[in-house]
Amino acid sequence: MEVKLSVKRLNPDTDRPVAFYQEYQFELDESATVLDGLIKVREEIDGTLALRCSCRSAICGSCAMRINGRAALACKTKIVDATPANGAPILVEPAGNAEVIKDLVVDFQPFWDKVRAVKPWLQPEGPEPEREYVVSNESMLHLAGVMSCIMCGACVSDCTVLEVDENFLGPAALAKAYRFAADPRDDADASRLGALNEYGGMWDCTRCMQCVEVCPKDVDPMSRIMALRDKAMEAGYTKTYGARHAEAFAGSVKRTGRIDELRLPIWTFGIFNIKELLKLVPVGIRAQLAGKRPPLFHKKNPGQSNIRRIFERFDKKR
Amino acid sequence: MKYAFYPGCVSRGACPELYAATIEVCLKLGIELDAESMAGASCTGSGVLQEKNQRLGDTLNARNFALAERSGLPLMTICSTCQGVMSQANKRLLDDEDYLAEINVDLAEEGLEYKGTADPKHLLWVLIEEVGIDTLKSMVVRPLEGFRVAPFYGCYIVRPSAALGFDEHPERQDSLEQVIEAVGAEVVDFPGKTLCCGFPIMTINEANSNKMVANHTLDAKGLGAAAMVTPCPLCHLSLDGRQPDAAAARKTSIDLPILHLPQLIGLALGIDPKAMRLNKHIVSTKLLLSELALAP
Repeated sequence: MEVKLSVKRLNPDTDRPVAFYQEYQFELDESATVLDGLIKVREEIDGTLALRCSCRSAICGSCAMRINGRAALACKTKIVDATPANGAPILVEPAGNAEVIKDLVVDFQPFWDKVRAVKPWLQPEGPEPEREYVVSNESMLHLAGVMSCIMCGACVSDCTVLEVDENFLGPAALAKAYRFAADPRDDADASRLGALNEYGGMWDCTRCMQCVEVCPKDVDPMSRIMALRDKAMEAGYTKTYGARHAEAFAGSVKRTGRIDELRLPIWTFGIFNIKELLKLVPVGIRAQLAGKRPPLFHKKNPGQSNIRRIFERFDKKR
Repeated sequence: MKYAFYPGCVSRGACPELYAATIEVCLKLGIELDAESMAGASCTGSGVLQEKNQRLGDTLNARNFALAERSGLPLMTICSTCQGVMSQANKRLLDDEDYLAEINVDLAEEGLEYKGTADPKHLLWVLIEEVGIDTLKSMVVRPLEGFRVAPFYGCYIVRPSAALGFDEHPERQDSLEQVIEAVGAEVVDFPGKTLCCGFPIMTINEANSNKMVANHTLDAKGLGAAAMVTPCPLCHLSLDGRQPDAAAARKTSIDLPILHLPQLIGLALGIDPKAMRLNKHIVSTKLLLSELALAP
């Protein structure tokens, strides 16, 4: 089949490095992947093209890049599937949220630094056990989903928070943190959760689900971040605005069946948090002037007693 | 066409203009809205409740679905976030019979049972799949020619695609563009259209939230958009409500009006902008409406 690739290229070893798109056109078998195409370019058409790859079978995690604007493994994306219906070339760009070293090769150092920062190893406490620690099947199966992460960085490439804040730990490192925090052999929950509770940690995720969508291994990093939040709140880390917001939100739905937009930010910040509440004043005045202030009191929800009953049942189950 | 109407919290709270515009537009399009059968429904949990307890969230959504089933009507919402959370909950409930059965035990106490037939649909999808783009086109009395609009989907109506029926309904993926073109306006495509609006971290990390607002609005404006349209009231609260803060943080002015989906349609259907509360936005729509020769 005829293949058309438009590859974003950048060579920093020139006087004035400017990124540009280069088109390659060639014939390849129907079964070929985007990586097959790129390798063909490098081997037969243009030896100056730089890319990272190794296993060609979605195990090593080397070839994550943006294909048609979305992070994916080049070796797991078939050319037939990626070719746009209008016959336009497949757009191939380096992974996002990273410095480009050359063409499709990006600097992974910040990625590894963040993974390392969550201390991705078991930290048991107490005396050394007499025999090996036997973990239940159930808890290992639960962790198997996160353990299938191949560290390709696709989630980091398309994370919407990293796009505006490079200090965010990011989906891969936070998912890895969950993998250890949720391991029954690990006893470092307090220090792990405490550290992840800080700025740049679990509460900075926007729940945009980009990481869920692009992960080639169904690790579902966002759900792991949500599980970390739940774990942190359960462990008593309830003072962050994120935890307070989650708590206030649940309280609002339990009491009224809906979000109480007027009071939610006040509960989140706390009624004695003068500094934050003062910041809300201009926002409130602006909404008032535009006729957009939420009602002071909402009509009572006729299903309220049943909504509350469901909440109370779960409170008891906890 | 009659729907059990689930407006969500925000259209009855901080975005009353969305509710007003929906009522006007649905009246014109012949979409009958039954709000009564969903009066006892709860918030979907908006993803926040699910942080604490997914099963609690799923139970509340199953209860809402059961209320819709009881009315015998299909379920329609006007909030992308509600849509996303409902679709995800529905998938979990339908994928696992035992799970659904357990949750139904909780619902049985008020005589409800979720049988698994609810198929919640956002107004955007109802327009594409039920009303039809051609019908919508035929009802346009005032084509919005020369009006350059950037679509903004946000997250919950596009991800996770596995829960949103994109395989069955591929037309959902460019539904906003289809509507923009149907009303005679011009699509301004921009890369941020399916990214986060910043709303979920507004109180948690205001600086990051503001950066997202500034990036999207300035990108769209830079490409020549005169306005942005969104199917999500939470995106609206961020992109419209926080635009002045985002502009101040970036030390620039933005002034890009953000329209709710039904407001855009209503303008083309000849509905009075005031009836759709277009004069009740944080970023003024006055200049835009006068340029379109539609006085507010």
